[in-house]
Amino acid sequence: MSETAQKLSSKHLLGIKDLNKKDIELILETANTFKDVINRPIKKVPSLRDITIANIFFENSTRTKLSFELAQKRLSADVVNFAASSSSVSKGETLIDTVNNILSMKVDMVVMRHPYPGAGVFLSKHINAQIVNAGDGAHEHPTQALLDAYSIKEKLGEVAGKKVVIVGDVLHSRVALSNILCLQKLGAEVMVCGPTTLIPKYIGTLGVKVEHNLIKALNWCDVANMLRIQLERQDIKYFPSLREYSMMYGLNKKILNSLDKEIVVMHPGPINRGVEITSDVADSKQSIILNQVENGVAVRMAVLYLLASQKA
Amino acid sequence: MQNLTLLSGKKFQITLERLCHQLIENHNDFSNSVILGIQPRGIYLSQRISDELKNILPSAKIQNGILDITFYRDDFRRGDNPLVPNSTQIDFIIEGKKVVLIDDVLWTGRTIRAAMDAMLAFGRPEKVELLVLVDRRYSRQLPIEPDYIGIKVDSISSQKVVVSWKEADKEDKVVLVSEN
Repeated sequence: MSETAQKLSSKHLLGIKDLNKKDIELILETANTFKDVINRPIKKVPSLRDITIANIFFENSTRTKLSFELAQKRLSADVVNFAASSSSVSKGETLIDTVNNILSMKVDMVVMRHPYPGAGVFLSKHINAQIVNAGDGAHEHPTQALLDAYSIKEKLGEVAGKKVVIVGDVLHSRVALSNILCLQKLGAEVMVCGPTTLIPKYIGTLGVKVEHNLIKALNWCDVANMLRIQLERQDIKYFPSLREYSMMYGLNKKILNSLDKEIVVMHPGPINRGVEITSDVADSKQSIILNQVENGVAVRMAVLYLLASQKA
Repeated sequence: MQNLTLLSGKKFQITLERLCHQLIENHNDFSNSVILGIQPRGIYLSQRISDELKNILPSAKIQNGILDITFYRDDFRRGDNPLVPNSTQIDFIIEGKKVVLIDDVLWTGRTIRAAMDAMLAFGRPEKVELLVLVDRRYSRQLPIEPDYIGIKVDSISSQKVVVSWKEADKEDKVVLVSEN
């Protein structure tokens, strides 16, 4: 039996903001056992066999959607998938109507990605099902932060006391906010780095360091989490050109080799090779990008298992 | 609260040795057999049995694994607290092997049902047997019976059988706890 908490303090997973340190530790610890499970010859356990989960994606996704679906299937849950682009949403149905219709088909849990911040919180107030936020606009992406923390812990043994720099488009990134909150709750130090236009003005109030020079930031950190430039969310030009951005903030092998220590390189995906990170760095042994994806399934299994195990 | 000690000290040790000799009768040198302790409390017994077997058969290689059954239980979402998983460690192949499942107390039989399901994720054994230290008779809810029994206990459902181990609880003993 573990010393940590036995159950989550929340009915939903809407954001890292609502979790306490014990919740996060419980999720990471449970993910350990699921990582064992997905490396067995038979990768499936029957825990969630009487649970139906709807994956509702109002925004595109590859990794998160596949990862959630695999996690659900390996827990033996029944899964229905819904993509907004091919649905009645385009005919004018509201979010609550859409979800309530899905729920009347007896769905226990909803995994939702939505372009609007707070969509998950909104939904949790209006419908009677457990909600897992799979990304809401530029707000939070809790499972990504949990799997990043898990991957750091797996690689470095501990999250507490480690220095993590988040580089790039912090302004439009839900990964950044969730990561900052999660890593701080686990006792890590966090720095953000990027051009002034892509760093939110008041980010300092979260207790993170701000640095505009990539080399200085990399020399400070143990782990660098490189974010993608989210061109689809940028309505105006935040920097002159991608080429200039990549010269100032792109991570390449030359910079990596010039550092006096071996840092760990992470990326939440999808990667724009040659922009925020070059191919030789992304594929180097310092990069744990694919480990992050593998751990994503285990962490999501843990989240779904812990939420579903709350008495119906 | 009333505690009745059913087994302790030398008698406890003799019981373990007797179980080992019974195992050897059916499994010879354990070349085609493995033992699996069920988490969380069966692992102490399986470790003890495995140590004892090594004493009796110094040349034999005893393969001892631990099996967590949490994800296979049938009471998921039915209790107030979520079921917290433990680790599973099976570093060998059970396909075609004779498997001895080991747990401390056999009561309703539901744990063993779950253990059989959990075990099948690691292959198809030739044969599965069950060894328990304590058999609480006449309380089964499933058609499951042990092959090797340390002691048999007649108890009612409000009573508890508590097994303590030197490694974890400082003392080897089996106690019947009655609340009144």
